[in-house]
Amino acid sequence: MLKSILSGDFPRSRILSIMLVLTFIGLAVAPFMLSGARPLNTAATICIFIVLVASYDLLLGYTGIVSFAHTMFYGIGAYGVGLALDAMGPSWWAVFTGLASALALALVLALMIGLFSLRVRAIFYAMITLAVASAFAILASQLSDFTGGEDGKTFKVPEILSPGFKLIEAEIFGRSIDGKLLTYYLVFTACLLLFLFMLRVVNSPFGRVLQAIRENDFRAEALGYRTVVYRTLANCLAALIAALAGALMALWLRYVGPKTFLSFEVMTDILLIVVIGGMGTLYGAVVGAALFIFAQNYLQSLMAEASEALAGVPILAQAVHPDRWMLWLGILFVLSVYFFPTGIVGKLRNRK
Amino acid sequence: MSEPNVSAAVSPAPTFSEALPKIPMDWAPLLLVPVLALLMLPLVGSFPTWVTLTIAGLAMGMMIFIMASGLTLVFGLMDVLNFGHGAFVSVGAFAATLVLLPLRGWVEADSVLLNLGVVGLAIVVAMLVTGVLGWAFERLIVMPVYGQHLKQILITMGGMIVAEQMITVIWGPEQIPLPLPETFRGALIFGDAAIEKYRLIAVAVGLAVFVTMFLVLNRTKIGLLIRAGVENGEMVEALGYRIRRLFVGVFVAGSALAGLGGVMWGLYKETLTAAMGSEIMVMVFIVIIIGGLGSVGGCFLGAVLVALVANYTGFLIPKLALASNILLMVAILLWRPQGLYAVVKR
Repeated sequence: MLKSILSGDFPRSRILSIMLVLTFIGLAVAPFMLSGARPLNTAATICIFIVLVASYDLLLGYTGIVSFAHTMFYGIGAYGVGLALDAMGPSWWAVFTGLASALALALVLALMIGLFSLRVRAIFYAMITLAVASAFAILASQLSDFTGGEDGKTFKVPEILSPGFKLIEAEIFGRSIDGKLLTYYLVFTACLLLFLFMLRVVNSPFGRVLQAIRENDFRAEALGYRTVVYRTLANCLAALIAALAGALMALWLRYVGPKTFLSFEVMTDILLIVVIGGMGTLYGAVVGAALFIFAQNYLQSLMAEASEALAGVPILAQAVHPDRWMLWLGILFVLSVYFFPTGIVGKLRNRK
Repeated sequence: MSEPNVSAAVSPAPTFSEALPKIPMDWAPLLLVPVLALLMLPLVGSFPTWVTLTIAGLAMGMMIFIMASGLTLVFGLMDVLNFGHGAFVSVGAFAATLVLLPLRGWVEADSVLLNLGVVGLAIVVAMLVTGVLGWAFERLIVMPVYGQHLKQILITMGGMIVAEQMITVIWGPEQIPLPLPETFRGALIFGDAAIEKYRLIAVAVGLAVFVTMFLVLNRTKIGLLIRAGVENGEMVEALGYRIRRLFVGVFVAGSALAGLGGVMWGLYKETLTAAMGSEIMVMVFIVIIIGGLGSVGGCFLGAVLVALVANYTGFLIPKLALASNILLMVAILLWRPQGLYAVVKR
């Protein structure tokens, strides 16, 4: 049972298993355990980032492709749903139209970029995706009549998902069953299914070919696998899942804007999470995303205190300023690429 | 220049030009720039506007070239693509403030000599700082991952994040205004066409860098070794040259050029942010892809083309300005998949 759910890919480390189970339980009961908007927001962001990062890991960790266009697909999903809901009013029909057109656009773009540049080397692909993604981000903020420009757009979601909606009057475990809760569980379930689906993909023969390409593309080609086709397929799959994650995020936030969905900061966040969590294993995405988002939301207040305590010391006070936490993460990132390229998960698995 | 004399002195042997037929010069990409500029003249409509646009494009192109040249050379020689190159641009610009802000009096003085002196000093300081930083970067960040592309991309990105954050730690998170020296301000009027002085300066500096690089690469022994290293590094090593030293030297020079580019770019924008380098990097990447990875001449042409196209479309169809770069890149790659001047190596 568990084997078929996890597609035979077990965590293979006791500590890792405990961490995963804790994350799962924590996310599953988050709305009942915690009160207030901020913890729930953190939990939903963790869910979505697990999927987003895992889909990026399909490219980076499993296939060995560096793409900087992942936020573009994330943004396409979000903008698709957001703009459709904004234009057609809050109905499920709008959600599905928006989602379908976003997925179609993501697929076409991924296919085009892939066929255009995946034939050549990794570096080329990285540069082209960087260029295309930044052009897309600027386009999205310039077409302000259509996308709301820099400010983005807020929109209404279907009634069931809106915060004012009450499914039943009574409270369960001291928590009213409102639209926000339903949205959370929609996000949670969708993310869980997507994650298990990706686990299935990477442990299928298709996933094995991707890993073969990562290890030695020349050899994979010699064995008779058309690496361009496999790379392009992986690229399209990752793009579609990223678009789905974006759509979920848009439904959760009831807002789309370039800063949240298309900015380069999101891309560096994804990159940091994948590498620190562990490349080439989807569990790395879970551990990495959970730790990262948690730290992003709570560690910064800790740093603020440290900064105040060090107020007299010139450079050091600046260095522990909460806005500078990327500095420490960047250093951690560089160190982890050197000393433990398999990330937290690889470290835990090798402890035995 | 002296070749004919040499061959005349040893006249019995067949002249070298006969023995080694020269590779025919590839003219087609060179024609792109003038053809593009002339085609745009009727579209823009008025001649003065066209002159202004073209000079602005050239100036922009030169600044991008200065920033991109180091990157493409480093890639050609060492097969390392430094995604953190943008950080050197920012560091260069910020290092210039170390000179320009304390010596504000010189900057505001209405004297060409003082202005040139202070900017020259700023450039020297910026190039020194970025050169040293480049040396450290090569040692600490790049050296352990030679030959591993995936790790290179990741680690240089990480290096860039750290460097950008360090800038905000040292200089603070706010934007820093960087005033243009007094005599560099304003525009020269030729007939109806107004040309900003600073743009002319940028063109001059860019041309100077290009000519210097061209001469060093084609007329000196170091340049010969670099070009040989680009084509076949192992062979250069086998002949007894320490290619590692060459690597470090080129990396330092490339970083210093990025610093120079950063000063020029900072003075052009007149405000500095830590992210200014990574913002311009997209443009730089497009330029070196168009030019052919590793080719300095291609990089020069690519920079001018990209900037001209961006300026013309910015004037004609403003909404398309950034997408125009992508379209240009797609068009060029469809014509020559390896870029304008392919470096035949791998």
